[in-house]
Amino acid sequence: MSVPRFWRKQIQRYNLIGTHCRNCNEHFYPPRNMCPTCRRDGDIESYKFTGNGEIVSFTVIRAAAEGFEHQTPYVLAIVKLDEGARLTTQIVCNDLSQIHMGMRVRPVFRKLGDGGEKGMIYYGTKFVPVKPLKHD
Amino acid sequence: MNTGIVSYGAYIPRYRIKVEEIARVWGDDADSLSSGLMVHEKSVPDIDEDAATIAVEASRAALIRGGLDAGRIGAVYTGSESHPYAVKPTSTIVAEAVGATPDLTAADFEFACKAGTAAVQACMGLVASGYIDLGLAIGADVSQGAPGDALEYTAAAGGVAFLIGSKDSEMVAVIEDTYSFSTDTPDFWRREGMPYPEHGGRFTGEPGYFKHVTKAAEGLMKKMDTYPKEYDYAVFHQPNGKFPTRVAKMLGFSREQIKPGLVVPRLGNTYSGSCLMGIAATLDQAEPGDRIFATAFGSGAGADAFSFRVTDRIEEVRNRVQTVEEMLEDPIYIDYAIYAKHKDKLKRA
Ligand SMILES: [Zn+2]
Repeated sequence: MSVPRFWRKQIQRYNLIGTHCRNCNEHFYPPRNMCPTCRRDGDIESYKFTGNGEIVSFTVIRAAAEGFEHQTPYVLAIVKLDEGARLTTQIVCNDLSQIHMGMRVRPVFRKLGDGGEKGMIYYGTKFVPVKPLKHD
Repeated sequence: MNTGIVSYGAYIPRYRIKVEEIARVWGDDADSLSSGLMVHEKSVPDIDEDAATIAVEASRAALIRGGLDAGRIGAVYTGSESHPYAVKPTSTIVAEAVGATPDLTAADFEFACKAGTAAVQACMGLVASGYIDLGLAIGADVSQGAPGDALEYTAAAGGVAFLIGSKDSEMVAVIEDTYSFSTDTPDFWRREGMPYPEHGGRFTGEPGYFKHVTKAAEGLMKKMDTYPKEYDYAVFHQPNGKFPTRVAKMLGFSREQIKPGLVVPRLGNTYSGSCLMGIAATLDQAEPGDRIFATAFGSGAGADAFSFRVTDRIEEVRNRVQTVEEMLEDPIYIDYAIYAKHKDKLKRA
């Protein structure tokens, strides 16, 4: 990813800033400037999500994309935020076997990756289980 | 004008490695190391955590605990000896991630283990003069000890954020006074581009830690005309358990006074977070009216001493986020191989 491209979306990645349509009460993440339901009647405002949500689907990544090799295996999930918006995110978890659908999660600030040893470090939001996992 | 801590937040990664596991790899005597250092285990960052992510988590916890609007923050100063970038501030990352940008000043602080308390003092000045409303002072580190070096047994990860303000009704602890003592002493250093620090060895405890901590502590008590017995608690920089225990005794503080803040046996040395973590752990347990004495030390060398008086507000805010004790409970233990991967000591081909 290019530095300018990341930077333009930095605020929404750091803080889960999306949008909300005051007309139909739908929430959007990533932010939309136009409500797909209300179209011209839509009334869009900036909205900061609480970040609380639940896992609606997930997959364990064992063969990672470039820049993520050292993190494998890791969990990529679709999280449904309590306001209704869905986003794809990494779940930070030391025991993949305990991840399940409906698991409650909350956001944390982590490194998403970097552009190599000389490159920029990309920060943003990942999610962790709300309740600590059982472990030995 | 009074200044005080209007809120505080701490962050400790979940992972721990035991001293005996590190000793196993290097063939050292775990029992004598552990009892000599008074450190049993240390925290290890997750693979995607660094000083910036730790500073952000601690700062968010401080804002939630205080119920404060990030827009009021007029300065963000992050103290660390492990800033992720050599050039590019950690503090702007923190400021943006807590929602405090853009109406503020920001800079990174460096002074070995006392960069966090230096940030606290800078915020006190800006707040007391009326230049800013709230200042965010942070000490956060993911410190490195070279594999096999004595520092590897204690170099840990963690961070603490203090929000400094001047409204009496918002303070959880009034900062009664501060005093510092600094000299040019080469007890510990790291050159640009080098991954691990160098240190002057065993002898540097006396001209470094012990001299500066006692001078700063005695200097503050003389300035304020106070005595160890007037304090309910005391916190001293904790590179290991032995140094703060010994310096407390030298100064006339008891083991009971330092007990709540002595988190190093289960945490290790969090460098810029070390003294602030001890203060946070003490605030977690303190009662309104209690007085806390604290002295941070940074190699190179200097010490910052503080005198705090806890207010009634502490009871209202302390359980809004996790306490230091709650973060120390329930760790995930890892072995040396996983630790090496987390600390980027292993390079993948
Ligand atoms: Zn709509």
